[in-house]
Amino acid sequence: MAGAVQLRLHGSQRGAYAARTESPLVRRILIGTALMFLVLVLVLPLVLIFSTAFSRGIGVYLSSFTDPDALSAIRLTLLTAAVAVPLNTLFGVCAAWAIAKFEFRGKNILITLIDLPFAVSPVIAGLIFVILFGSWGFFGEWLAAYNIKIIFAKPGIIIATVFITFPFVARELIPLMQAQGSEEEQSAIVLGAGAWQTFRRVTLPNIKWGLLYGVILCNARAMGEFGAVSVVSGHIRGLTCTMPLHLEILYNEYNFAAAFAIASLLTFLALVTLVLKSIIEWRSARQTAFENPES
Amino acid sequence: MQKKLIGAILAVVLFGFGGMSFAETIELLNVSYDPTRELYREFNDEFVKYWKEKTGQAVIVRQSHGGSGKQARAVIDGLEADVVTLALAGDVDAISERGLLPADWQKRLPGNSSPYTSTLALLVRKGNPKNIKSWGDLTRVGVQVITPNPKTSGVARWNYLAIWGYVLRRELGKDYVARLKNPQDPAVIAAQDKARAFITKVFKNVPVLDSGARDATNTFVQRRIGDVLINWENEILLSSNELASAGVEIVIPEVSILAEPTVAVVDKNVDRKGTRSVAQAYLEYLYSPVGQDIAGRNYYRPTSREAAAKYSKQFPKIELFTIDDVFGGWPEATRVHFADGGEFDRIYIP
Repeated sequence: MAGAVQLRLHGSQRGAYAARTESPLVRRILIGTALMFLVLVLVLPLVLIFSTAFSRGIGVYLSSFTDPDALSAIRLTLLTAAVAVPLNTLFGVCAAWAIAKFEFRGKNILITLIDLPFAVSPVIAGLIFVILFGSWGFFGEWLAAYNIKIIFAKPGIIIATVFITFPFVARELIPLMQAQGSEEEQSAIVLGAGAWQTFRRVTLPNIKWGLLYGVILCNARAMGEFGAVSVVSGHIRGLTCTMPLHLEILYNEYNFAAAFAIASLLTFLALVTLVLKSIIEWRSARQTAFENPES
Repeated sequence: MQKKLIGAILAVVLFGFGGMSFAETIELLNVSYDPTRELYREFNDEFVKYWKEKTGQAVIVRQSHGGSGKQARAVIDGLEADVVTLALAGDVDAISERGLLPADWQKRLPGNSSPYTSTLALLVRKGNPKNIKSWGDLTRVGVQVITPNPKTSGVARWNYLAIWGYVLRRELGKDYVARLKNPQDPAVIAAQDKARAFITKVFKNVPVLDSGARDATNTFVQRRIGDVLINWENEILLSSNELASAGVEIVIPEVSILAEPTVAVVDKNVDRKGTRSVAQAYLEYLYSPVGQDIAGRNYYRPTSREAAAKYSKQFPKIELFTIDDVFGGWPEATRVHFADGGEFDRIYIP
């Protein structure tokens, strides 16, 4: 028995030793496989998107964006993000602040509720709003009486997007604020700071990077959301189509160059988002290193 | 700082929502089914010109496309269509059941409110490797059939009924329409059973049910799934032209159903928006020589004699039966075959 243990120890030691001195060939094969996978799954699709977009020349590429329907889709996407992101930022900060800094009844239920949009399928999210605001829905008659259009119009698209992107900022901030605890805030209050002053001078600087990170993720999803928006949109060209929906229409009309032009714009926005995200990660890491030089 | 931010958000929201309510031009929303995109793009341009000349009014026609059943559902849920141009009368019936237009809507325009008709065609891979000639070949083992979902797609219902009708025609012979008048006839009952068994076998060969006609075409042509696609004749003639290099061939079955896509003004919506006269004129213009010519050019079978003669060469001559002849009309066909718990639900168990 002891011998067996010793043998195994010996074997694992040898394995560890061997792992450190992998022959160059094996190392190259491993790195090569990883690289090939990366190229196949990530780089190739990216290249394809841009090459298909430019396949019929730069003129066709540019004219895909000057088409009135495309312009309207871009405008609607930006409008949706411009409403959804600030709303969810405000909400996310409030919710995270309440959850991390205070103890109250029903806190766990609130945390679960915040996660709900992550848990349900976007299609269901869309259908919820059809059931609420559709002609035969809960508020349908009342809305019709006042001639307010929500479903199959811009408000519906914005509401669905707000719902889908609800958790991003809050989810980013809750663990961060919980880890920081409330000692600094308590000291500030003891020293005579008001609530708003405490928030602005103490809490906000501490969560700055996490907040930005959440906002960027929220924005990316707000611009790219397809499922929920597709259900409530009604697909009226030039009126209720966001960029992802417009892309689908173009693709279905065999208009590949234009479809991929829109796709390239969405991809470009995603890449910018990723770069911003990396910069923020890098800066927040540097800040932490600066604040705790010993670690 | 905060006030400015809230102000900016409000400005964006108001700009976004309020922008169009003061427009001087009339807006018309045409909610249509999947393959009519090219047809209505051309037709709308012509109608806008015609209306401007006739009345001096500027009109913008907005389009929404999707599976016919899904589109009808959206109109019921509040999509404010001025006109619906759907794949089949059954879907407009569903809208009229909710009181958005009167039950006798189909009598308001010529030809049962069908300005153009179509039928079904099969698309197979180049060289027809599975040797598919007609409906009868769809039950063969190893033949993958692509057809959309009859629950959401108009053409899928036509596909289903065409196959069912083909079996009745095969079993009952040339005078099948007359014999079907007597549903108690043992031969008719036997033929219906044969049709049920046949279509069950066909749907065993269906690997995916797409939600609309255009999705099904993309599945077959772009994603290269399946051996045969059943779809609108107009969709297949169009896609074979646009995708000549895709390596596909057309096969037209010798017996098929006359598909009658229907159009209607949605009374409740046009009365609220004050667009009745232009919506009515829009649909009537489909019956004009210009409208009929555009239909023919987009591979729909025109109903006017002149346009039909002009485009007769592009449509193969085949024996066509109507839904009224074989299934007793749409309400009856919907009740028996497509309603919850109907024939289709019993046949297709995924």
